[in-house]
Amino acid sequence: MYDLIVHTLLPNIGKILLIVVPLMLAVAYLTYAERKIIGYIQVRIGPNRVGPYGLLQPIADGLKLALKEVIFPAKSNLYLFLIAPVLAIGPALAAWAVMPFDATLILADIDAGLLYILAITSMGVYGIVIAGWASNSRYAFLGALRSAAQVVSYEIAMGFALVGVLIAAGSLNLGEIVLAQQGGILSWFWLPLFPLFVVYFVSGVAETNRAPFDVSEGESEIVAGFHVEYSGMAFAVFFLAEYADMILISMLAAVMFCGGWLSPFQGTFMESWFVWIPGLVWLLMKTAWFLFIYLWIRATFPRYRYDQIMRLGWKIFIPVTLVWLVVVSTAQVFDIGPWFTEVESVVELAQVIQS
Amino acid sequence: MEQVLFYCFSLVLIFAATMVVTVRNPVRAALFLVLAFFTSAAIWLFLEAEFLAITLVLVYVGAVMVLFLFVVMMLDINLTPLQEGFTKYLPLGILVAILITIEMVAVLGASHFGLDVVAAPLPHAEGYSNTKELGRLLYTVYVYPFEIASVILTVAIVAAITLTLRKQKRKTQNPAEQVKVRREDRVRLVKMEAVKKHDEVNTDEESS
Repeated sequence: MYDLIVHTLLPNIGKILLIVVPLMLAVAYLTYAERKIIGYIQVRIGPNRVGPYGLLQPIADGLKLALKEVIFPAKSNLYLFLIAPVLAIGPALAAWAVMPFDATLILADIDAGLLYILAITSMGVYGIVIAGWASNSRYAFLGALRSAAQVVSYEIAMGFALVGVLIAAGSLNLGEIVLAQQGGILSWFWLPLFPLFVVYFVSGVAETNRAPFDVSEGESEIVAGFHVEYSGMAFAVFFLAEYADMILISMLAAVMFCGGWLSPFQGTFMESWFVWIPGLVWLLMKTAWFLFIYLWIRATFPRYRYDQIMRLGWKIFIPVTLVWLVVVSTAQVFDIGPWFTEVESVVELAQVIQS
Repeated sequence: MEQVLFYCFSLVLIFAATMVVTVRNPVRAALFLVLAFFTSAAIWLFLEAEFLAITLVLVYVGAVMVLFLFVVMMLDINLTPLQEGFTKYLPLGILVAILITIEMVAVLGASHFGLDVVAAPLPHAEGYSNTKELGRLLYTVYVYPFEIASVILTVAIVAAITLTLRKQKRKTQNPAEQVKVRREDRVRLVKMEAVKKHDEVNTDEESS
């Protein structure tokens, strides 16, 4: 028992803290970055009062939310009302367990990592649905219904996009998916899987209920959607979950389509100039770029109409992914270059089929 | 260690399954069903069937139960009329329960699934990939049953969708037309000469 605690439990808890604490800080400063970037895009300054350049603003916001009273609406289902934020943030954090930050820097290097991420992130919608139902409020309920339908629809397109990635990489393990993209920026999967890449990222925006797909919050119609009845820390937890999900989707996009921790100059004459940069820094830079696109999209596009959201998901994204899956599979099985010439496992599989 | 965990998960599973049928609130019942699925996925992990376990979470917890919850939440189920016939149906219910129990014992008893009939599976070697093995079997040995099942499912989807399509005239939007719209169709920019109209401006000010 002592052995179990000292050699298994404690190191793992330490590693989990090493992921979660920087993640929470990243969430705090993502809100700051969001307000600053959107501010500059709209020719404003953004927060600039608390601390130098407004840098302490997220801390002040967090403190304010922590000190506020949590209000329980009358006739709400108290138990479910309280468990909903937990159900929202649990999957948002649990998915990070299989994230490969570097070739060796990974908490749980499991074989079916991609599948695990799909399964865990698909549970995030429960937090929203239960919050909407338990609040006993029409606005919250409408927000929850919108969100549930939207997330379930876009999960299919997202799943298919990821199936394309695993066909191209020949593995479900995220580390092996990154290693399958070796060889510089042109051999990363974003290029041969470009339609899937676009579908994945847009679906990711829809999955996290971010603008222009944020009808589940829809301020102009349903006040604040599913979390309209939440205040104080309970609201903050929803907020944390949403931003942690955004960072997760961005980092997954970097891992699966942009070579993860690999240097973009691999295989070119510039490779030796940048070897001193650790892989984690490349990964974080790519993630930051995707997060910037999230904010850029939010500042640029007006909110989608709901029927158009559904049309985009079902009638455009799913057919596009299906067609591209056929393309990728054909290229993979018949070794059509320049990308899919040597992936061992698929060749193996073809031999099994022939024999 | 593994056995202790197995019994813990089994207890949770049985508790959740019991709650599904006894709890009064349908939304809570659906949530307990989610817990039951999740726990059985955990038990499958002990059998080194990680692909099936994660797929169970992905399909049932992530998709099917969300839709279930979606429907249950919208129904305002009044439980009292549902419970009225309880005593009337009780004998029949007990009979069905006893029958099912006898059948289960007959089929799943030790004579068919005991350790001497089906040996305990050996732990797999390092580097064994459950996903790969499953894929290999599905696409070689079981390729025809697998493909036939998928065709049946597709037919079912098409049938279900056709049932909802009615020929009658409905108020629908034509997305193709909406997407084709250009700015010029909706907004007309008019250039006007700036004209000074002293008299009109003066009268306006007076009237206001």
